[in-house]
Amino acid sequence: MSLTDAPKIITSRVNAPDSFTLDAFVASGGYEGLKKALSMTPEAVCAEVDEASLLGRGGAGFPAGRKWSMLRKADIAYLVINGDESEPATFKDHLLVERDPHQLIEGVLIAAYALQVSQAFIFLRGEFALGLERVQAALNEAYAYGAVGANIFNSGFSLDVVVHPGAGAYICGEETSLLESLEGKRGFPRIKPPFFPAAIGLYGAPTVVNNVETVSNLPWIVLNGGAAFAALGEGRSTGTRLFALSGHVKNPGVYEIEMVKHTFRDLIFSPTLGGGIPGGREVKAVIPGGVSAPWIYPEHLDTPLGQDEVAALDTMLGSGSIVVMDESTCMVRAAWRITKFFSRESCGQCTPCREGSGWLERILWRLENGQGRIEDLDLLLDVCDNLAPGLSWPPQQTTICVLGPSIPSSIHSAISRFRDEFLAHITQGGCPHA
Amino acid sequence: MPETSDNQITFTLDGREVTAEKGEMIIAAAERAGTYIPRFCYHPRMEPVGVCRMCLVEVEGPRGATLQPACFVGCGEGMVVNTESEKVKKAQDGVLELLLTNHPLDCPVCDKGGECPLQDQTLVHGPGETRFVEEKRHFEKPIAISELVLLDRERCIQCSRCTRFAEEVAGDALINFAGRGDQIEVATFPTEPFDSYFSGNTVQICPVGALTATPYRFAARPWDLEQVESTCTTCSVGCRVAVQSSADRLTRLLGVDTDTVNHSWLCDKGRFAFEAVNGVDKGNDELALTDPRRRLTEPLLRKNGTLVPVTWGEALSAAANIVRDATRSTPEGIGVIGGAQLTNEGAYAWSSLFKGHIGTDSLDAQLGDGLDARLLASVPRATIEDAASACTVVVLSGDLREELPVLFLRLRSGAVAKRSSVIDLGPRRSSISGFAAVRLLTRPGDAPALARLLSGENGDVATMTSHPEGRTFGDEDLAEARRLLGSDGEGVVFVIGRPSLAEAPGFIEAAVRQFAQAFPKARFLPALRRANVMGAIDMGLSPGLLPGRQPLEAPRAELRTAWQKIPAAVGRTTPEQLAALADGSQKALVVLGADPLVDVVDAGLVERAFGSGAPVVVINGHGGAIVEHASVVLPAAVMHERTGTTTNIEGRVSRLGQKLVPAGLAWSDWMIAAELASELGVDLGFASSADVTDQIAAVAPSHAGLDAAYFESAKALDGVLAPLSRNTEIAHDALVDPVAVPGLSAVPQVGLGSYAGQVRTSPATPQHEAVAPMTIASLPEEAALVAPAADSYSLRLVATRTLYDLGTAVSASPSLTRLRKDAVVAANPYDLDRLGVVSGDQVKVRSARATLIVTVVADEGILRGTLGVPVGLSDGSTSAPTLAAALLDMSELVCDVRMESL
Repeated sequence: MSLTDAPKIITSRVNAPDSFTLDAFVASGGYEGLKKALSMTPEAVCAEVDEASLLGRGGAGFPAGRKWSMLRKADIAYLVINGDESEPATFKDHLLVERDPHQLIEGVLIAAYALQVSQAFIFLRGEFALGLERVQAALNEAYAYGAVGANIFNSGFSLDVVVHPGAGAYICGEETSLLESLEGKRGFPRIKPPFFPAAIGLYGAPTVVNNVETVSNLPWIVLNGGAAFAALGEGRSTGTRLFALSGHVKNPGVYEIEMVKHTFRDLIFSPTLGGGIPGGREVKAVIPGGVSAPWIYPEHLDTPLGQDEVAALDTMLGSGSIVVMDESTCMVRAAWRITKFFSRESCGQCTPCREGSGWLERILWRLENGQGRIEDLDLLLDVCDNLAPGLSWPPQQTTICVLGPSIPSSIHSAISRFRDEFLAHITQGGCPHA
Repeated sequence: MPETSDNQITFTLDGREVTAEKGEMIIAAAERAGTYIPRFCYHPRMEPVGVCRMCLVEVEGPRGATLQPACFVGCGEGMVVNTESEKVKKAQDGVLELLLTNHPLDCPVCDKGGECPLQDQTLVHGPGETRFVEEKRHFEKPIAISELVLLDRERCIQCSRCTRFAEEVAGDALINFAGRGDQIEVATFPTEPFDSYFSGNTVQICPVGALTATPYRFAARPWDLEQVESTCTTCSVGCRVAVQSSADRLTRLLGVDTDTVNHSWLCDKGRFAFEAVNGVDKGNDELALTDPRRRLTEPLLRKNGTLVPVTWGEALSAAANIVRDATRSTPEGIGVIGGAQLTNEGAYAWSSLFKGHIGTDSLDAQLGDGLDARLLASVPRATIEDAASACTVVVLSGDLREELPVLFLRLRSGAVAKRSSVIDLGPRRSSISGFAAVRLLTRPGDAPALARLLSGENGDVATMTSHPEGRTFGDEDLAEARRLLGSDGEGVVFVIGRPSLAEAPGFIEAAVRQFAQAFPKARFLPALRRANVMGAIDMGLSPGLLPGRQPLEAPRAELRTAWQKIPAAVGRTTPEQLAALADGSQKALVVLGADPLVDVVDAGLVERAFGSGAPVVVINGHGGAIVEHASVVLPAAVMHERTGTTTNIEGRVSRLGQKLVPAGLAWSDWMIAAELASELGVDLGFASSADVTDQIAAVAPSHAGLDAAYFESAKALDGVLAPLSRNTEIAHDALVDPVAVPGLSAVPQVGLGSYAGQVRTSPATPQHEAVAPMTIASLPEEAALVAPAADSYSLRLVATRTLYDLGTAVSASPSLTRLRKDAVVAANPYDLDRLGVVSGDQVKVRSARATLIVTVVADEGILRGTLGVPVGLSDGSTSAPTLAAALLDMSELVCDVRMESL
């Protein structure tokens, strides 16, 4: 439940036991947004999305309407849905694909109609076994229902949708890597330029890549109008969005709340949301937008949950994954664990990320296990600097994609704020928290 | 500074104004401007990928200066690039430190040590010491990824040069990355080794010691090597190579980058066939004289039925006697076959002796597997570059990957990049079929009819097939091919060779005539495979031709001065000579660097010829079956032991570098000819290879201006097209990138042509009088050949070559011998079904000549009603040297066989 009276835009059905079935979906107004969209011109649908100021929910927060407008005119173009949600602590799309697959499909259809493409792909994380099953079953139902396929609802518009399971690589959440994987190649990110798939994407054709949550908003926007969506939130951050709250909170989970109208403190401590920290312990640090994001600290908890508001703290709201770390957390271990993830998931294509991630992980492991040296702290920061020169935010990069320069965030945050803890590991010859 | 044109832009490089072509990558533009940006993954002959990040430079943009890979960012007008800032230095230093974290630093035992871009660039751009104290990653080392190539995954820096070469250049996507992060490794697919004819190139371009090839592995260190630039003579493409040796043993060949021919690539056969030259020091004397591994190192004379070593004087005297005896009544009493393995100078010397002084015209460098040399001299010649950049390439030849591998690479690059459309007229699906725009597969005997159809003659389509299974393609294919050919052949190159050795060359020659007449603006690239076959023909080692592509009937004044005689009539081809030996009308034979027993695909004819007991003089560097029939054996120097020039398929004459002294008592071919002439009381007029070059320039109109001095100049660096008037100026100097082929710039040059690693200059536009070439119209009319109708129980034989065959280069190079496969015949699954046999079964194959029990495999690429048989391979089912030779009768137009289940 939200602290404001904003409507549930995308999670209205998730708690119903049969929310994933066509019957339940149609009974609760499903595919009405699609029908309305089909009665409008594609340009009018785009205009509503533009007016809604819907920011992409995948992590970069790029306005969806602008992304659509960049699609190069061509005979063949594609829509690809990025459902490769694989980052630690990120699990909002997981909820949507399992609990409301028809809403996703309806969103895909509206986007495809607005873009006038006739082929869409839903790329889902391979580990979403139930989600894959439900999206595929929903798609089969939707085909039978006439909502997908040839001449949808007798509108003359046709679309085929293919569900494609990922093969277990985090990097395939990076959109160009996802496209490579979809083409049957190794999931290596493409080097830029070209900068956007909207110019050269899947099979060389112009392609829009949208996040699961982003398109799940479309049925509501079409039914209620872009203005109604834009009326929620503040500034550039309109509507509601999902926050995946985890870590040291009493009620971890996915919360849909109106943007900007809530602060980190609200989300973490409100009894109807996070419910506070177990054992009444203090917040030590918070990861505000997925493990790529630099950390924030107790003094930042009153920052509103809005794109620009968080960006002002030199970090990001990213994918909306918020991890609370309380005073019992070992910050060396936290940085090591995050770095280990990136090291395992570096695609290995370019040198700084491939070699740097493993090196950083090994140094942090040594520190955590009492084998650290004072000079390791400067070494860590210098190796980080070789991935993301200047260690600024947003980061500069020596790499092909943004995975590499995401690695320094946690290390730089941990060393800057908790240097004493690192020194304690070195002088005590082990982890004080162990 | 050069003038700027529409295509040129100016940008700022480290504070100075630099001109570049629009879109040219910063790394290349900077290099031309004298600023070398370090790199690993970038290779000038492959698409950039920007993965190693070594070439990061600062590029000023709207969001300030950012680090960008110089290999992936194109130059733009007004761009500001900094390659020397602190930020750049730190990034480059950082990348090198990172590359070295998991690198084993086993330089003291690494073959790359001393020529390693990782070592060299670390010295210049990297940190002095590492801060990496963790355990490095470990892999089993090394692992074999093919018979020739070993992979040390610990040394690998994941630049992806090898994987990209395999997929992008060779089209053999058999290696790729496996794993992720710092556990990523280059790997083959589980059941498929890296079996590629081009695998050695991955070793050549590896910037570390991760990929090594068995022939060079632990053989030498770069600082012990010397090299000379030369031309590969394993086939007739004419790839430029650096020949490297240590302690008088050849150790390695590296491809030298030329725009015109090989773009630095070599095939594995060309790269590793040097092993044949080294044969001499490994228990040579214990090998049989008939063994191709045996180097012939001393003159031999048959005495009482046995070949015994004699002095050069005794051997030459015996050879002279054979020549005198055979020519007592007519000069045509003797003939010469072979010569394609010789230098131009060697070929000219023998031509001069036998045509110009003895007066026989029966000299033939082709062994019945080529095309009419007079026809080849009469059609407009294409260059390799013409073919690689033509709008339309028509391939009427054997499988180019099997016969002329690097020409295949060049054509493939044009077709894959969609610059050119390939029309495949082969007799079976081949390496080019996969990227051909149109496939009009043609059964033996059908080429002339197809040529008429393609030329717009509608005629009766049904008559084009002499086979009951009918046409192999549809009307749409034909229409598309006609569209691609256009009306006059502008922008069209025909690659012409022998699609199958089981059909008479006349069919192909008739098709070529038809094409030449119908498409007057088209050009022709001969796909004749033997090393210097085009040079040998140019020198007159072909019936009916005089040096300089001139007909016998019209000798020029210069030639009349140099030569005592001009043959009166057109002489015998190789098959005709063999037949004449058998019936006694030819008394003796000289064999120049060939082994007719293996090379001539008609075992019956060969047996009759050599069974006649006519005296045979063999001049060769290697042993072989022919030695058994020799009366006299004169040992000749082989490749890398001789100087001179060679001529490739496009007519490019390029220098040969001598790296070793000839083995034992062997002499260069020209010298043997001159000494034999002397023994016969004739002075050929030269005392050195350079003298021969000068005489060629004087007497051969196609070689006017190409004297020894020309070849000693930098102008001839990449070879020069004959005649000189065919050459055009090259726009700018090409630089040699030390990281592109790491072993080239590290090794000191010796001898003539020490240009590798230095700035290359362009050949000047020549100012020479154009020579009137022969024309199609001047050739005598040929009667149209008509293939006999096939019956539905017969299979028409299609005999095609494979790269690793029983020829000397493969047989005498242990690394290549291992790659040779046993012969199997291949049939369409439909024909196997009709017989009720399955792939892998033994079947009986019966031709007019022989009945053999052989293994048959199913192959969808074989046309129905035909049977594929490899040339130059055996399976032990016949006493004939090769399967094809056992079955074939070269006097027949086509060869129909019956296949029966056992």
